[in-house]
Amino acid sequence: MRDAEFLIEVMAGQLQDLLVRRGIAEPALVGVHTGGVWVAERLRQRLGIATPLGRLDISFYRDDFSRIGVNPQVRPSELPFDVDDRHVVLIDDVLYTGRTVRAALNELFDYGRPASVLLAVLADRGGRELPVEANVVGTRLKLPPGQQIQLVGPEPLQLLIQTAP
Amino acid sequence: MSATDLQVDRQGRLLHFLTVEGLTRRHLTEILDTAESLRGVAERRVKKLPTLHGKTVVNLFFEASTRTRTTFELAAKRLSADVLNLNIATSATTKGESLLDTLRNIEAMQCDMFVVRHAQSGAADFMARHVKPHIAVLNAGDGCHAHPTQGMLDAFTIRRHKPDFPSLQVAIVGDILHSRVARSLIHALNILGAGEVRVIAPRTLLPAWVESLGARVFHSPKVGLREVDVIVMLRLQRERMERALLPTEQEFFQQYGLTEERLALAKPDAIVMHPGPINRGVEIDSRVADGPRSVILEQVTNGIAVRMAIMSIVLGNHARPIEEDA
Repeated sequence: MRDAEFLIEVMAGQLQDLLVRRGIAEPALVGVHTGGVWVAERLRQRLGIATPLGRLDISFYRDDFSRIGVNPQVRPSELPFDVDDRHVVLIDDVLYTGRTVRAALNELFDYGRPASVLLAVLADRGGRELPVEANVVGTRLKLPPGQQIQLVGPEPLQLLIQTAP
Repeated sequence: MSATDLQVDRQGRLLHFLTVEGLTRRHLTEILDTAESLRGVAERRVKKLPTLHGKTVVNLFFEASTRTRTTFELAAKRLSADVLNLNIATSATTKGESLLDTLRNIEAMQCDMFVVRHAQSGAADFMARHVKPHIAVLNAGDGCHAHPTQGMLDAFTIRRHKPDFPSLQVAIVGDILHSRVARSLIHALNILGAGEVRVIAPRTLLPAWVESLGARVFHSPKVGLREVDVIVMLRLQRERMERALLPTEQEFFQQYGLTEERLALAKPDAIVMHPGPINRGVEIDSRVADGPRSVILEQVTNGIAVRMAIMSIVLGNHARPIEEDA
């Protein structure tokens, strides 16, 4: 069990620097359900961003529908701002194979054409199957495939690492 | 095997959608929640999801329909499926082909889902019984039996306006006898735990099954509409009236038609629904149909999201390998 608040602090610092370097004054933050939304809420607060938070549920964009069907816990996606020409920061809890990010990018582009997209993740556990890298990383972990990492929350936010049964 | 046993597998997953009867609250809630997530798709730049990309859906309509067929077509297209529309009244069955032959031929075109509308009760069940196991069958209305996707979109529309089901009072008014919509909706409301379902109709348009489903029967709207939250007006199905069950349409309107005066008997925030197509001046006054309490067009919009939900859940369950019993 690891405290996630400290990692979000780390992410906020990195993201702030990156936004300054890129000259992005008012980015739009988009969290991927569910853990990504918790992290995004906290980052938005810390960075004092006025644009309302976007939330994506990528269930209908997954590449394994033909294997697992529809997630019965799917929630509505909502992007309460115009995506066109916005600088978007996509936020997720754990970066692993990269398939979720692929799905989230596809969904995002069905809302409009953003000016740019940055990726911020709480934990990068390696094991990529697609050419996807994050711009902001709270922590890097080397975990063997048999181990699971999960963000539990929303209060308190904690990273749970366990060996799969 | 009953339709209920036919549409649910050993793990309780929906493989077809033939009737609401016999499903659990979990089944219905999953459909309604999934539809809620799909409602926003219509407001986006790209009104399409990749979920059923590469799947082929066949609309098999043996009976005329505009709204149901187009919303099924749109639902499938918004999920990126390919859609084939077959209006059988104008095709091979008129040349003497049997239902089973039609089915085998379309099956040979490598389709994944049949959406079936037929004047005969049980037609969709028949299809589900005979299709290859990878094909899903959705009932888009069979005779006077069931119209389960309509029942679900009505329940969805009600839930969006009146989420507190235990305290809900719903009145269904008019031609219950010929209404597959009424039956599917009453089943859905019962399963979802609606407080009270009332049925208001003349004796000649009231089938025996109504009371066995626990609906309270009224013959007068004056009493039956009092304090209800939802009024569902049904279409007077003139084409199904083989023998004269009613004096005249004018008389029906006088006795049962929803006017502003009658609407005033219901709760002040009551909503007015109708599965369409509406007969203005027969079961509903235009001022009510087009008035502020009417959610009739919203039902059409919601129908797309609900049908998308059912299509993706059912085809998703076909995709999943069946787990062996432990």
